[in-house]
Amino acid sequence: MRILTSFLIVLVAVFPLVTSQASEVKVSGFVVGEIRGFVTSPQFSNQLSGIQLSLAIQPEFRSRINNGDEKITFVPFIRLDSSDDSRTHADIREMYWLHNSQEWTLLVGVNRIFWGVVESNNLVDIINQTDLVEDIDGKEKLGQPMINIATQQDWGNLGFFIMPWFRERTFPSEDGRLRSQVVVARDATYESTSEQKHIDLALRYSHYIGDWDFGVSFFKGTGREPRFILNGSGTQLVAQYDQVDQFGTDIQFTNDAWLWKFEGIARSQNGKNFTAIVGGFEYTFYQVANNKTDLGLLLEYMSDSREQDPTEIPPTEFDDDIFLATRLAMNDTQDTELLAGVLIDRNNSSKILSIEAKRRLNNHWNFELEGRWFLNVKENTSLSPLKKDSFVTLRLARYF
Amino acid sequence: MNVTLKNDFYKTLLISAACALLPSTSIFAQTDEQKGFDISARSDRSDRNFGDSHVKINMVLRNAAGKESSRSLDLKTLEIPDENIGDKSIIIFDSPADISGTVMLSHAKILDADNQWLYLPALKRIKRISSVNKSGPFVGSEFAFEDLTASELNKYKYKFLRLEACGLLQCDVIERYPLYEHSGYTRQVVWIDQSVYQIRKIDFYERRGDLLKTLIIDNYKKYEGDIWRAHRFIMKNHQTRKSTNLIYSDYKFNTGLTDKDFRKDILRRIR
Repeated sequence: MRILTSFLIVLVAVFPLVTSQASEVKVSGFVVGEIRGFVTSPQFSNQLSGIQLSLAIQPEFRSRINNGDEKITFVPFIRLDSSDDSRTHADIREMYWLHNSQEWTLLVGVNRIFWGVVESNNLVDIINQTDLVEDIDGKEKLGQPMINIATQQDWGNLGFFIMPWFRERTFPSEDGRLRSQVVVARDATYESTSEQKHIDLALRYSHYIGDWDFGVSFFKGTGREPRFILNGSGTQLVAQYDQVDQFGTDIQFTNDAWLWKFEGIARSQNGKNFTAIVGGFEYTFYQVANNKTDLGLLLEYMSDSREQDPTEIPPTEFDDDIFLATRLAMNDTQDTELLAGVLIDRNNSSKILSIEAKRRLNNHWNFELEGRWFLNVKENTSLSPLKKDSFVTLRLARYF
Repeated sequence: MNVTLKNDFYKTLLISAACALLPSTSIFAQTDEQKGFDISARSDRSDRNFGDSHVKINMVLRNAAGKESSRSLDLKTLEIPDENIGDKSIIIFDSPADISGTVMLSHAKILDADNQWLYLPALKRIKRISSVNKSGPFVGSEFAFEDLTASELNKYKYKFLRLEACGLLQCDVIERYPLYEHSGYTRQVVWIDQSVYQIRKIDFYERRGDLLKTLIIDNYKKYEGDIWRAHRFIMKNHQTRKSTNLIYSDYKFNTGLTDKDFRKDILRRIR
């Protein structure tokens, strides 16, 4: 509710300012209706069963000042969900002022920053918090308040981030599916006494030389991944956010139809040090059918040295896993695409099957299908809370 | 008698020497290959020295049943004067709405795969992509990426075929053979007019040797500095009976773009 109120304040305060200074405000964005169906009845009490409906809207307001030397962008996001109160949420994905010259960029406000090269688990991507109620794949992110200074030179791109406000991860409510057995409490705890006001810092250098694209990054501040501690009465999990130091590197080698990818991190958190890597390739067979369709094969391996105790260190699914997938791009007028993959846990051989497909219906409407299947999930593993949560989602989106 | 003979001999020698010194456009002793190259070079070079350009493109796709859909995009090009290095270009998609803000950056090479990056706005992700396949359909259209970018001279070997009328003009008909190993074509037949040296028509022959597509290029306009630009490209696929029209508008030249505007990290800030 507080976020919603701040939306209104922003709308009232910023908009007259934007429209008075800028020549024009470009409005785009989307509205998406979603039906999610769970194939089995829930594992835990109070969880919804059957169909979950929801509606999301993300308008995007962009304006350029001084011939594009300055830009103001505002991207709010709101989702309404039929069953899960925590999934009904609003966020400011982006709201920034940006000053641009050929060599320097200064950005003040809320933004989303993506780092990484792999398809399965972007270890190095640490600036934004995960909006977990949106999707369990961790790819949806909350807007992060920041001051970002970057320079683009012949020797590469160097960016410095000052982040004065921490965003807590979103978790499903008791009614929601795809959650832990014990729900995560609304209030989190912090290692830093400044809590959410701790100032986080990050630095990233990236460049390319020939067929090699690479980046190195350093982050010092409140880790985006929480560990979980059961509260005194045992009724809720409390998300605990620690101070972390993290080095990261991401490398891609592009050669013919091969993309070779690697991401690695070294992190210290809660008095412990660990490393994690993900690496693999994507190979594309071009024009395999009717001179149009491209078929890609992806293989990525993940390894993580962190200990498996969620009270001590944030839990991860990707400790010793293989991601195998195929990507089909029809290259037709409707841009029909399909990505089907499986994440295989090499320790307990549990599997997550996933399918994502999309097709444009016309200039404004898009259709998407997403399915996730949890297979062979053992008891007392990190995946066991999700073992009855296999689902299929249909989305109809209107872009404007 | 002897003297006259000797004089004639010297005369012949002189004429031969003069002929040898004439520019290679001379028709004497010129192979069809050389002639094809020269005509193509004259055409290619008549489009050069534009510095940089910025143009809006409307793309209309028509399927065999005549059903249409469209895309609009912005194309920015930075000319690299060296003919052995390709130009740099940025394509910004504006519609359909779901791909609005998607940007493609290419640092073209002549005979190797280009350096290419794609910016996906929904994920805010810059992705280095494989560019080895230039012959697949570009955004679902009948144009392959190589059709949009491949007029660079040194991408082909040439052969002059014949001279023939093309509409109201006279055209040199040249056959050209892609040197890029992953090209989708074995050969192309190109009609270049003799008055302003612009390409009017191209027939594309696929790997099996059959005629695949025909491109008609028209609505030429001359800009400052003798730069010729076409404003309509009509591509017909003979095998699928689909077609794609590209309509170019609002051409701007020498807008002050530099190498720095074609860096990978610019993609994030283009919108």
